[in-house]
Amino acid sequence: MSTEPSTQAAGLTQADPDALLSVSGLKKHFPIKRGVLQRQVGAVQAVDGIDFSVKSGETLGLVGESGCGKSTTGRLLSRLLEPTAGSIMFEGRDIAHLSTSQMRPLRRDIQMVFQDPQSSLNPRHTVGTIVGAPFHIQGIETPNGVKRAVQDLLSMVGLSPEHYNRYPHEFSGGQRQRIGIARALALKPKLIVADEPVSALDVSIQAQVVNLLEDLQNELNLAYVFIAHDLSVVRHISDRVAVMYLGKIVEIADQSVLYTKPHHPYTTALMSAVPIPDPDRKDGKAEGQVERIRLTGDVPSPINPPAACRFNTRCWKAQDICRTQEPPLLQIGGLSEAGFEHRVACHFPENV
Amino acid sequence: MTTLPGDASALTDDFGEITPEPGTPAAKAIEGRSLTQIAWTRLKRDKIAMTAMCIVILMCVIGACASFVAPHLGGGPNTFHSNLIDGDTSLPIGTAGGISSKHWLGVDPGSGRDIAARVIKGAQWSLLISFLATALTVILGLVAGLLAGYFGGWVDAVVNWLMAVFLAFPVVLFGIALASGLPLRAFGFSPIWLRVTLLILVIGGFGWAYFGRIVRGQVLTLREKEFVDASRSLGASELRIVFKEIMPNLIAPTLVFASLAIPGNILAEATFSFLGVGIPLPEPSWGGMLNDSLSQYQYDPAYLFIPGLAIFVTVLAFNLFGDGVRDAFDPKAGR
Repeated sequence: MSTEPSTQAAGLTQADPDALLSVSGLKKHFPIKRGVLQRQVGAVQAVDGIDFSVKSGETLGLVGESGCGKSTTGRLLSRLLEPTAGSIMFEGRDIAHLSTSQMRPLRRDIQMVFQDPQSSLNPRHTVGTIVGAPFHIQGIETPNGVKRAVQDLLSMVGLSPEHYNRYPHEFSGGQRQRIGIARALALKPKLIVADEPVSALDVSIQAQVVNLLEDLQNELNLAYVFIAHDLSVVRHISDRVAVMYLGKIVEIADQSVLYTKPHHPYTTALMSAVPIPDPDRKDGKAEGQVERIRLTGDVPSPINPPAACRFNTRCWKAQDICRTQEPPLLQIGGLSEAGFEHRVACHFPENV
Repeated sequence: MTTLPGDASALTDDFGEITPEPGTPAAKAIEGRSLTQIAWTRLKRDKIAMTAMCIVILMCVIGACASFVAPHLGGGPNTFHSNLIDGDTSLPIGTAGGISSKHWLGVDPGSGRDIAARVIKGAQWSLLISFLATALTVILGLVAGLLAGYFGGWVDAVVNWLMAVFLAFPVVLFGIALASGLPLRAFGFSPIWLRVTLLILVIGGFGWAYFGRIVRGQVLTLREKEFVDASRSLGASELRIVFKEIMPNLIAPTLVFASLAIPGNILAEATFSFLGVGIPLPEPSWGGMLNDSLSQYQYDPAYLFIPGLAIFVTVLAFNLFGDGVRDAFDPKAGR
């Protein structure tokens, strides 16, 4: 794989030659059209220039509050959406603007697990049809027939192969999510984009599904982009975590570092909101817990985001420079124990 | 594989005993029940709908066999029996419109044709036209609704505009104008088949807009479902998404619409025939017989009553059956 760093990132990140997936300058603007002539009057800047990379076998968590563009990012990676700008290098090939037919063979390598197990399985199809669809669509011959392959997949995700002829409505939420995972695994992908895969599940089922995803990762050397807003789940499964705010990545670091020593004020605020289940705490705070930071105001509209640093309207550290100059996503400190760099986009980082 | 005890017990709880033997092809295959199968089970428990369905099937059998049965009933639908007509009043001789062992439902005034044979032959035309018109409506509505809902944009705008035009169209007046304007024979059709084709085109061709709107609404919600994204992320083509992912989900609304549209179309055919622009005389039709009976209904009420009852029973049975189908597919819909 030979990638040219200079063409990919505007001097911000060096493309990692080992990276399975490497994204730079990725943007998605949804046009807002008005009037009879459908003139474009503006754009929702859902994703506005993000850079990151994922190694094979690694899990990158993508967190942020609703509307920050994390789901859009997932859809861009799996090319359900076409980016407005930027590149998505997958195994050294830019897939950002491939056509449907050019993309088809690559779909074997990039698969998605969806949020809502109720809606991600067609209620009119049997489990066999759903999990067998990848083979039919991709025209893959299986040595012992599609049925056998589907049954193997079902047992791999902890379902009975005898459920082949059943319909989605006959399963619980957790089981349905397993069917969705089996479908994603069918083509032996290298990367799975999981868009809030456990958000719609009961807490007790969440753990089972997350553990299943981890086991499958170890077994099949999968890379995950794990999108979620539940910080504890992300912490559990991720190697690295990227924090998004209003279409930008504000901080990206090793999971353990990010949760213990966040640099970006937004990350600090986010982390302080994680509830710690500790019945013994007396002062309302667990040991090591920082004071809960309450952000004031709403998330600004992505149609007209604040200039320069997008967090400046809600940040308690904001100064003039934050309103005039956009902070680049720069590396701070050395590499973590796991060998990951810690990047933050802030003029006045915390905990330094 | 790690074992997941929690889920494993959930499996057995939900589905009874399960022996997970991944290698062997399921010895006792568990058959799942599709939503359509569940609806059918539910429908079978609905006594009113099942009674209605029996009547509907009976009517369909009668209509389908009419060409073979009617000629042998009381001399056939178009045979005159002037010996059964009172020469002075032109009314049938005998009680209740001349009911006899040979003419079960009597004969019609004026000409003495067997009413049973005419009602049966009328059922054939009525059902043929309403079924084919409904099929046309369903096909046009599905195509229009899928195009508008799936592709959106200017296609949606054009289809919506067309639907608005068709919904505002005075169908009956248009049908009358068209039928009276056309020659007796045209395009190589015989007089009867020309009118039948015309009725199918007018009734079916103007009914699609309503169904098209239903389909469009359904497709708008379906195309946003994650299973469409899932199919796309597997590399499925647009055609596959439309036919394999979206279409199967339109089965329920289509069945419900069709079963409720058929009685409406039976009434529409009867209306056109009553107004004289439907099935051309002397071919029998329910609407035509009703019109025919009006001049003498004070003296021969049986002649008015019999085709009226045929329309009433058929339409009621279809409607009750349609209601049953709707309830079966959507048990939460209030009665």
